Amino acid sequence: MTKDILYNYTMHLADNALILAQRNSEWCGHGPVLEQDIAITNISLDLIGQARSLYQYAAELINAPSPSIGGGRGEATEDSLAYLRDVRQYKNCLLVEQPNGDWAQTILRQFFFSTYQYLLYQQLQKSTDDTLAAIAEKSLKEVTYHVRWSSEWVVRLGDGTPESHGRLENALEELWMYTGELFAPATYEAEAVTAGFGVEVSALKAAWEQKVNEIFGEATLPDAAAGGREGIYMQTGGKEGVHSEQLGYILAELQYMQRAYPGAEW
Amino acid sequence: MSVQELEKIFLDKIDQEIKIEPKDWMPDAYRKTLVRQISQHAHSEIVGMLPEGNWIGRAPSLKRKAILLAKVQDEAGHGLYLYSATETLGTTREQTIVDLHSGKAKYSSIFNYPTLTWADIGAVGWLVDGAAILNQVMLCRTSYGPYARAMVRICKEESFHQRQGFDILVALSKGTQEQRDMCQDAINRWWWPSLMMFGPHDSESTNSEQSTKWKIKRMSNDELRQKFVDMIAEQVKVLNMTLPDPHLKWNEQTNHYDFGEINWAEFWNVVKGNGPCNKQRLDARRKAWDEGAWVREAATAYAAKRKARAEKQEEKQIA
Repeated sequence: MTKDILYNYTMHLADNALILAQRNSEWCGHGPVLEQDIAITNISLDLIGQARSLYQYAAELINAPSPSIGGGRGEATEDSLAYLRDVRQYKNCLLVEQPNGDWAQTILRQFFFSTYQYLLYQQLQKSTDDTLAAIAEKSLKEVTYHVRWSSEWVVRLGDGTPESHGRLENALEELWMYTGELFAPATYEAEAVTAGFGVEVSALKAAWEQKVNEIFGEATLPDAAAGGREGIYMQTGGKEGVHSEQLGYILAELQYMQRAYPGAEW
Repeated sequence: MSVQELEKIFLDKIDQEIKIEPKDWMPDAYRKTLVRQISQHAHSEIVGMLPEGNWIGRAPSLKRKAILLAKVQDEAGHGLYLYSATETLGTTREQTIVDLHSGKAKYSSIFNYPTLTWADIGAVGWLVDGAAILNQVMLCRTSYGPYARAMVRICKEESFHQRQGFDILVALSKGTQEQRDMCQDAINRWWWPSLMMFGPHDSESTNSEQSTKWKIKRMSNDELRQKFVDMIAEQVKVLNMTLPDPHLKWNEQTNHYDFGEINWAEFWNVVKGNGPCNKQRLDARRKAWDEGAWVREAATAYAAKRKARAEKQEEKQIA
């Protein structure tokens, strides 16, 4: 039972990282300036690295004998987990699957997610599960940079030109409704807290809002939850496999080769 | 000093294999040739990100995806070094990019071919990077210091890329019949265009003679091409694949492979802009640049505001 929870919890963390990596990688070769093309690709690479470590761990869990998740046959790999599950099995939050939009939207998505991921991994470092704790500790160095880089861009765009300020406001309009899900625990997250290895995401909300508002202040934006966004309905469901229509297309691209040539080695 | 005296000092340095540095006097034509060649090289790195970037989203495993993403990112880095080398000659990155977008500046024609299957990513790494390396190894000894030094860094990464490309093809060559077919098909399509990468025959090459005198170029197009054929004709055996040239044959007398004639009509056609992807490549670059304009403006405006605030702060402190 605990193993099911651990598997689901690990897959959720892995899916978040992979889907955002896949989205960010769409910029490679198309960035607004060469240095930033390199930076966003770097973040994508970091996230793929995190996803791989987490999928490898999840594969280990599923390959060990356990009747309830149908494992024990030693068949799962990082690739089978990433490439052979469909939309309903993916457990990423809705935020990471949202389209890149313009640079402001990509930046704000990254800032919201990285700030969350930073707080999450800070706690997860202390997890009773040694593997998750080790992955969190290693990833935290990367995520610290992601937060810094995306914060700097939020400030630059917010306090740049009227156009960039307006585009950042539009991005906020697009993305704010997906931030609530980060702090609303899915079943396996609540169970993971009870089991002792998970992080209570609802407890991260205050620190997240504080950081967001601090950076928004520098960016000459109103507080995140103010300016007409009070009481906006928060979309949820991604973490439980009920996604936006975006994810199907992401997976169609991501999984194309494995689906078209089943069983081939690459 | 008279121009003649300056020119003599310049040519003496070239003779003695002393690198020419940005602040040294150099003939205008030498500067122009370098700006043309280095910026063309930079543009090739940047446009070259597109055909490979085409497969990042669809890479067949997470490991291959990470390798490809890192590789394409390396190309961006190479573009940066090379644009910097161009700037040491007094031409800004913006100016060279404007020339690319207007069609005035060229980039390697090879990137005007499409990447249709995953095997193309292997073939591009093996053949295209393989051909590029031969040219770049030569350029590590080029007479202009900043260009030569950029090339030393680039060569290290490129040889890594070539091995990664070959590794993709090795996996395919050991795979299913479909994978082996995919591999052979990619080699068939990329072989001739990669031979074209070395440029026209020596007898037809307009820029070569002066470049050789100035030691910008140190081997001829045909010499480099022969070296490439000799190398690839051996490596293809490891894959159990063939090169699509009925005239390819080891020649005991010359100690080189003989090979068939390149389709020069195709070569010139692609140079003129009629390759399968010429339009798409330039459109993609222009689109990225145009859509990024507001981002660059915002960064400039913010930097200016920050600077003004810092100065104000300083004044306050002094007062």
